[in-house]
Amino acid sequence: MPAPQDNPPVRRQRLSRVVNIGLPYLWLGVFFLLPLLIVLQISVAEPRLGQPPYTPLWEWLESGVLQIQVNLQNFMLVWEDSIYLIAFLNSLWVALVCTLLCLLIGYPMAYAIATAPQRWRIPLLMLVILPFWTSFLIRVYAWIGILKTNGLLNHLLLALGVIDTPLNILHTQTAVYVGVVYSYLPFMILPLYANLSRLDPTLLEAAADLGCRPLRAFVRVTLPLSLAGIVAGSMLVFIPVVGEFVIPDLLGGPETLMVGKLLWTEFFGNKDWPLAAALAIVLLGLLVVPFVLMQRLERRMEETS
Amino acid sequence: MGTAHVRKLANLILSLSLWAVAPLGHAEEQVHLYNWNDYFAEDTLETFEAGTGIRPVLDLYDANEILEAKLLAGSSGYDLIFPTARPFAARHIRAELYLPLDKSQLPGLERLDPTIMASLAEIDPDNAHLVPYMWGTSGLGINRGKVREILGDQVPLDTWALVFDPQIAAKLAGCGIALLDDPTEVFSAALAYLGKDPNSLERADLDAAAELIKAIHPYIRYFHSSQYISDLANGDLCLAHGYSGDVLQAQERAAEADKGVEVIYRIPREGAAMWTDVMAIPRDAPNPEAAHAFIAHLLQPAVIAAVSDYVYYANPNLAATPLVDAALRDDPGIYPPAEVKARLFVPNQRSDRQIRDLNRRWTRLKANH
Repeated sequence: MPAPQDNPPVRRQRLSRVVNIGLPYLWLGVFFLLPLLIVLQISVAEPRLGQPPYTPLWEWLESGVLQIQVNLQNFMLVWEDSIYLIAFLNSLWVALVCTLLCLLIGYPMAYAIATAPQRWRIPLLMLVILPFWTSFLIRVYAWIGILKTNGLLNHLLLALGVIDTPLNILHTQTAVYVGVVYSYLPFMILPLYANLSRLDPTLLEAAADLGCRPLRAFVRVTLPLSLAGIVAGSMLVFIPVVGEFVIPDLLGGPETLMVGKLLWTEFFGNKDWPLAAALAIVLLGLLVVPFVLMQRLERRMEETS
Repeated sequence: MGTAHVRKLANLILSLSLWAVAPLGHAEEQVHLYNWNDYFAEDTLETFEAGTGIRPVLDLYDANEILEAKLLAGSSGYDLIFPTARPFAARHIRAELYLPLDKSQLPGLERLDPTIMASLAEIDPDNAHLVPYMWGTSGLGINRGKVREILGDQVPLDTWALVFDPQIAAKLAGCGIALLDDPTEVFSAALAYLGKDPNSLERADLDAAAELIKAIHPYIRYFHSSQYISDLANGDLCLAHGYSGDVLQAQERAAEADKGVEVIYRIPREGAAMWTDVMAIPRDAPNPEAAHAFIAHLLQPAVIAAVSDYVYYANPNLAATPLVDAALRDDPGIYPPAEVKARLFVPNQRSDRQIRDLNRRWTRLKANH
């Protein structure tokens, strides 16, 4: 009797398993881990004038000795210069406010779409997705036209007699909030919709049968069950907004200090790639924290259910 | 796998890569240009292709920093670029990113303004790498009607006081003041207003300039290096610290829109920065011959005069000056008279450390922290 590892179908099965599991890892390795390592390598280099504009991590000296240079000064500077800390805090704050706003606006919308008659759902979802068909940049530019002093919004409010003098919204933090909430709302609505549309409506009927009022049933039944959607939507909004560059650059004013803009200055203005890389690494570290928290929450939910 | 298979595969890969190098299958000579947006005349590329048979491929940038980042990363693929001489081209020369020019391929170099060539020689010994393309100043773009309405008819407009005198700035804040998002420009303007050396790197001088900028910070609507063009033209701004050609573009757009907005450009009497954009060939340019041909094309007086007519900047070609549209040639904002020209200054060389310190100071100042 041949040993099982010599059995061709088993071997093929094992091969297919290796390929199936290996491919995603290979993908992650090439497109996630490798770039991350390159950024990490640049973050411990020193800036210099040349091509590339940073010192190499290792160098073979003429004597045949391998010289490795690690420079932690960039991380020290990020820690010491309060401007970076302020920018990080401000970015986290903007992301938090925008995530909450997106949740407040997005949840009712997702709920409305999920509970709409079946034939309405697809068109309504299309309306949420439709803006993606236009370039993100163009849509942010459009907000300049709406929010500026001589813009649509001010003209409308002046014509309606709501205000006497035009509001200065463009180039303020408010404009950044408007732009971010507008741009990221679909990322909140879509996971929430996916979650809410799968909720079992009989649970609410049962709650009603047992004498539970609709509002209470929503708080006790729908909201806890949609927690996974809320967490997923919030992560999809929060994480990219922290590093957002385009919206604060176009709509923000002088006081909008965000990490994305600082990264731009360090990378392009100062040609200090190492410091920019260090900032990116710190930013990554800051974002891993909420991600780990989310995973822990999910695990706890799985355990309780 | 048999050797025949391998050979077939190799052939396929070879033909695919050849196809990638020469799209559409025929060997057509190309020159890859990387220039600022809106920085050629409408027919500059057409006439070049008609004259040489080389097809120009144009890519655009809107900031020196973007160009620099691509250049530093290496293998940009561009044959000819148009950076600002100081500090950008100057440090690219120090980093040996440029190919020395073969002047035998560049007839007409002798027609270029000797004062500009002498100034460029300070950063590029023997003018070995750079050919000047356009030059201009950074001064004040003013919505004449609104500013006159607010300040009255007596206040002079050709002064940095409009921006840096807190009392005047406070009055103009309501209708909008914008400054360039460039620490070198704003600091040197502030230093000029204070009567100090605009290139000073003395701590005391920089602190004084920073204090001045802090004092007027509440009256600044934004710091940006291009947005002011449309905002000035639309009347969304009253005053902008900007580049001469950009302000004149705003003037033209405002005139076309015909909504009663009149934009003027003024070189402040305290002095203003003069910049020169140059042409340079990256060291790793795929087709330096064609790049030389393109420079030679732009050295022709008629060609470069047409560019000036289109972009509203002065060109350094003395033989082209009589061919430039009279309205431009006689505009003191574009071709300033000698006594104004004497008050212009060029930014000095700075070390990377000095630039980084200035930039970080600037980030802090802008954010008011």
